[in-house]
Amino acid sequence: MNPTLTDIIRDGLWHNNPGLVQLLGLCPLLAISGTMVNAIGLGIATTLTLLLSNVLVSLIRNHARPEIRIPVYVLIIASIVTAIELAMNAWFHGLYLILGIFIPLIVTNCAIIGRAEAFASRNSVPRAALDGLMMGLGFTGVLIALGALREILGQGTLMANAHLLFGNWGHNLTLQFYPSEHGFLLALLPPGAFMAMGLLIAAKNWIDSQLEPEPTASRDESTNEPDTAPDNA
Amino acid sequence: MPELNPRNILIAMLLLAGFAGAGAGLVALVQEGTEARIAENRMQVNRNRIADLTGDLAYANDPVQDTVTLSHELLGGHDLPAWFARDRDHAVMGIVFSAVAPDGYSGSIHLLIGVDRDGELLGVRVSSHRETPGLGDAIEAERSDWIHGFAGRSLGDPPPDQWAVRHDGGVFDQFTGATITPRAVVGAVRRTLEYFDQHRDALLSDTPEDEPSPVEPVAAPHTDEERP
Repeated sequence: MNPTLTDIIRDGLWHNNPGLVQLLGLCPLLAISGTMVNAIGLGIATTLTLLLSNVLVSLIRNHARPEIRIPVYVLIIASIVTAIELAMNAWFHGLYLILGIFIPLIVTNCAIIGRAEAFASRNSVPRAALDGLMMGLGFTGVLIALGALREILGQGTLMANAHLLFGNWGHNLTLQFYPSEHGFLLALLPPGAFMAMGLLIAAKNWIDSQLEPEPTASRDESTNEPDTAPDNA
Repeated sequence: MPELNPRNILIAMLLLAGFAGAGAGLVALVQEGTEARIAENRMQVNRNRIADLTGDLAYANDPVQDTVTLSHELLGGHDLPAWFARDRDHAVMGIVFSAVAPDGYSGSIHLLIGVDRDGELLGVRVSSHRETPGLGDAIEAERSDWIHGFAGRSLGDPPPDQWAVRHDGGVFDQFTGATITPRAVVGAVRRTLEYFDQHRDALLSDTPEDEPSPVEPVAAPHTDEERP
């Protein structure tokens, strides 16, 4: 019954990916994926939050009584996110100004409390840490794919503003494919985010169907994972 | 679920309070450690923007520290900061105003407007806006050169009736597909120049920053309640 470490990794990155399969945290996922740099920034912050909250929730799993566990998780997640927000404000100020309200809103990302409740509260610290890291990387991966797709289509660049993330040498990372005035505006607007997301989910399902022509066991893994988190905010 | 007796309730309460305290403690600790750096970051952002807008002026002070807040309908809002660039003798060389264009396509457009002591525009930048990406956002200096067209203009150049976008019979270009956004920006810049013109003497007097200016609408932090 207990998933192996390989299962945890595969679930987080692919089979139970928080963005593509659980469809959790869509609000930041769609709002911040306009450019790849924004996506990486928010992805790192979310991954860090997931990792820390899973570790802490797992640490206290035998002490937090069931009737107060949800408020305790909320307290833990809120404290972590506030600390991360302050740290980003201090060390990545330019990126902090762009991501703005979406850093504090990581608190409301259901993927985080969902993992705390569904996994971290029932597993040992190392397993919870691995799950948090893999779920975070899975989420970041979707963010980056969406960000890259929308940035290339929308403004013809890749990694624009990379100096906000990597300091001055980041200027060299920016690729310009074609002049930005010929960009496909829809890709940058919210409807474009939904369409790109739909295409990504379709692509994932198509790849799955190519890899596994007949229904196999790995499908069950994602379904017996209890999705306690409600619809995302 | 444990039985709901007073003892269990008390334990749960204490546990919750303990976690709340630990969380608050963590946040307080991080805040303590990052406070100075965050304040310095904010100042540096303003300093860069002001340096961008004061162009060639060789000012001797640090305008970030030499600031007042202004409230006037011509500037479009209350408690808007303005920064002063001064020479060695403390005479004002230029002022960077914050102004608000309330009539953007989707909400207010916040501007920083640099004016020299003769009322000539040193430059204009958009500090925040929510205009349509790809259309209205050409007002950003990173996206097009349009905003640079204000440098060197003043209230008499072009004449007042031509201080408008071409669509309204003025001299400033609009963009394809967006007239409202540039119209709002042009209007806000013109009104800021009018404000400067009306309050020139008070703004240019050598008042040290700690002494409130005698003239009513200028340099009046926290007095917007008195205005009609």
